[in-house]
Amino acid sequence: MQSLNITPSVGMIACCECGVAITPNQANMCSGCLRSRVDITEGITKTCTIYMCKFCDRYFVPPSAWMRAELESKELLSICLKKLKPMLTKVRLTDACFVWTEAHSKRIKVKITIQKEVFTSTILQQSVVVEFSVASQLCDDCRRAEAKDFWRACVQVRQRAEFKKTLFYLEQLLLKHSAHKECTGVKPVPTGIDFYFAKQQEARKFVDFLNTVLPCKYHYAQELISHDTKNNTYDYKHTFCVEIVPICRDNIVCLPKKIAQQFGNMSQIVICLRVSNVITLIDPNNLQLVDVQGTNFWRDPFDALCGPKQLTEFYVLDVDVIDNFERKAGHGYVSKRHQLADVWLVRSDQVGMSDAQTLSARTHLGHLLSPGDLVMAFDLKNCNVNNATFDAMNNENVPDAIIVKKVFDRNRRAQKRQWKLKRLVVDGNIVGNETASVADEFIGFMEDIEEDVLMREKINIYKDQEKIERRMGEATDDEDEVPDAPTLAEMLDDLNFNDDEMPPETSGNVGEEDEEAMQE
Amino acid sequence: MALRVDYEGSNDVGVFCTLTNSYCLVGVGGTQNFYSILEAELSDIIPVVHTSIASTRIVGRVTVGNRRGLLVPNSTTDQELQHLRNSLPDEVKIRRVDERLSALGNVIACNDHVAIVHAEISQETEQALVEVLGVEVFRVSLAQNALVGSYCALSSQGCLVAARTPPETQRELAALLQIPVVAGTVNRGSELIGAGMVVNDWVAFCGLDSTSTELSVVESIFKLGEQGAPTSISNQLRDTLIESML
Repeated sequence: MQSLNITPSVGMIACCECGVAITPNQANMCSGCLRSRVDITEGITKTCTIYMCKFCDRYFVPPSAWMRAELESKELLSICLKKLKPMLTKVRLTDACFVWTEAHSKRIKVKITIQKEVFTSTILQQSVVVEFSVASQLCDDCRRAEAKDFWRACVQVRQRAEFKKTLFYLEQLLLKHSAHKECTGVKPVPTGIDFYFAKQQEARKFVDFLNTVLPCKYHYAQELISHDTKNNTYDYKHTFCVEIVPICRDNIVCLPKKIAQQFGNMSQIVICLRVSNVITLIDPNNLQLVDVQGTNFWRDPFDALCGPKQLTEFYVLDVDVIDNFERKAGHGYVSKRHQLADVWLVRSDQVGMSDAQTLSARTHLGHLLSPGDLVMAFDLKNCNVNNATFDAMNNENVPDAIIVKKVFDRNRRAQKRQWKLKRLVVDGNIVGNETASVADEFIGFMEDIEEDVLMREKINIYKDQEKIERRMGEATDDEDEVPDAPTLAEMLDDLNFNDDEMPPETSGNVGEEDEEAMQE
Repeated sequence: MALRVDYEGSNDVGVFCTLTNSYCLVGVGGTQNFYSILEAELSDIIPVVHTSIASTRIVGRVTVGNRRGLLVPNSTTDQELQHLRNSLPDEVKIRRVDERLSALGNVIACNDHVAIVHAEISQETEQALVEVLGVEVFRVSLAQNALVGSYCALSSQGCLVAARTPPETQRELAALLQIPVVAGTVNRGSELIGAGMVVNDWVAFCGLDSTSTELSVVESIFKLGEQGAPTSISNQLRDTLIESML
């Protein structure tokens, strides 16, 4: 058996318009007549306007973007076609190309080929040249620059503390995470830093970043710049005021009694070990450590009793390490890095005097101290403290002196330092490093980093190649005692050729650099 | 002669009109334009009758007729039938047929000698065609189009079928009808030939959109225009006459 396949043959008919013999189609017209009757380019404007900013040579991409594009580039073609897109909804775009125009003519010609189904299953193809005239319009960024209006949102970072250590730490964090790359401006002010942003969202993102890395709180304000009631549009400048906790590293803090109890029966007088995303407090009397979250701090804020500037230098007469300290039930976390000790001190300027006052203090630095060392301590016995919580304390609980840190030879330390930190540079100036005292504080911050491993982990430390080479030549006569500096493993190779700080324009590349930075 | 007309804005004149060699039916409309044109052309020769069938004006689609008779659907009212009876010449027979496919104009196309019909019309209707119209009946379909009345127009001179009718079907039809068959369009590319035009042996009315090309196809296949003039008979029959004299 064979199957019978009948394929219907198709006869010829006369085209209904011109009478030429054609095979029957949906319109029963020859293609020529169809084309002459139906214009599928109808509704596509043959002239269009696109906008270019003459300052930055960028083209406007609706609704609000500006894009750089070369003449006859595919980017420009996409911009042009985007402009035509609403008119091309009913037809199918099959091809588009540029027709050459003179470069300065401010005219762009694009030849598009479109297809459209004119009757059922009858598709017509047609080419049409659309001429775009390039109109000049100032882009938003350039307009801002022209109007000297560079920012829309401002983040004011403030710390009510006389010492800038937390801000230095923040600077290093910003550099590491390149969180400031969206900034249009950075301005140091006496109590903090102002960061300016072009958009509110960027500022908000920055505030969120600050909230994750530092214990801080913020409030938000907006200033009306202009408004149009007819269109219901309002133009604001936004300000986020971020307040960082006023407690700094090496501050002595007098906790209210209730809070001290909450922290696991700590003493009321504690030392701030560091401020990272939490405030770490240590009790020098029993080595208890507590991490205070930012939210908890702002619920019951407490003040610093004294800062590093009020510390005085003492000479260690004797150290008595306490090995078997008896703890009561219900104590909090105890530091294992520190060693409890009883220390006898005399003011370093009174050493050897017969009437010198000898103070005793209990300290958490027993592992560092030995007789003959110098320490910075706060002489509670002989000072006037202006603090309500402290005044309310029972005098029996107040120690004579609080040892905050050990003193090392600064010069030798600086000589020995083989690493460096990057600085936030804006317009060629290091932010907030105008005065000698601030520079001195920064050196103090570097010393802190040397002493604190946990802090080092969170920031980028770079090899100081010059120093390393210089020290290679020198004979190493190191019997001197300095804290364990960052090891080479912790340092990053700086990729800069001229050992300069990163200019702000390229600060966006910090991330790439980090990837390339080789960790030895 | 082929004329362009429209029925109240519609190009589908075949829907509203039935034209034969002995009468013409026109659907009752709101305006008189169409009727006037037809009357101007035809009233000297044949009666042009205003009527409705089953209260509708689509007389062309529901009736079928030729010189000898007229078939109307069962839904035609007595009054309408009476009116037709009074208006049409006495020798024209009229019959009401009870056909399931009641749009007779869509399923039947006929001239004075033959009728081509939809394959599924009833035996009774076929019988009525033979008796009333005096034609030979062929059940065919035009390729995929079963509604022969809609897709073809037929006169004693020729037959115009829808553009897509394959050549085999056209040849077969020509053999059945013994008249030339051609595929074409009316109303600027419409394939609904039967709905788009009416034709008898000397005149055709096409929709207003019909192009001159289409009209020339219509005129040539139905041998209208000059070919219809009395002198053309001697030309057409010249060979035959000479042959018969030999």
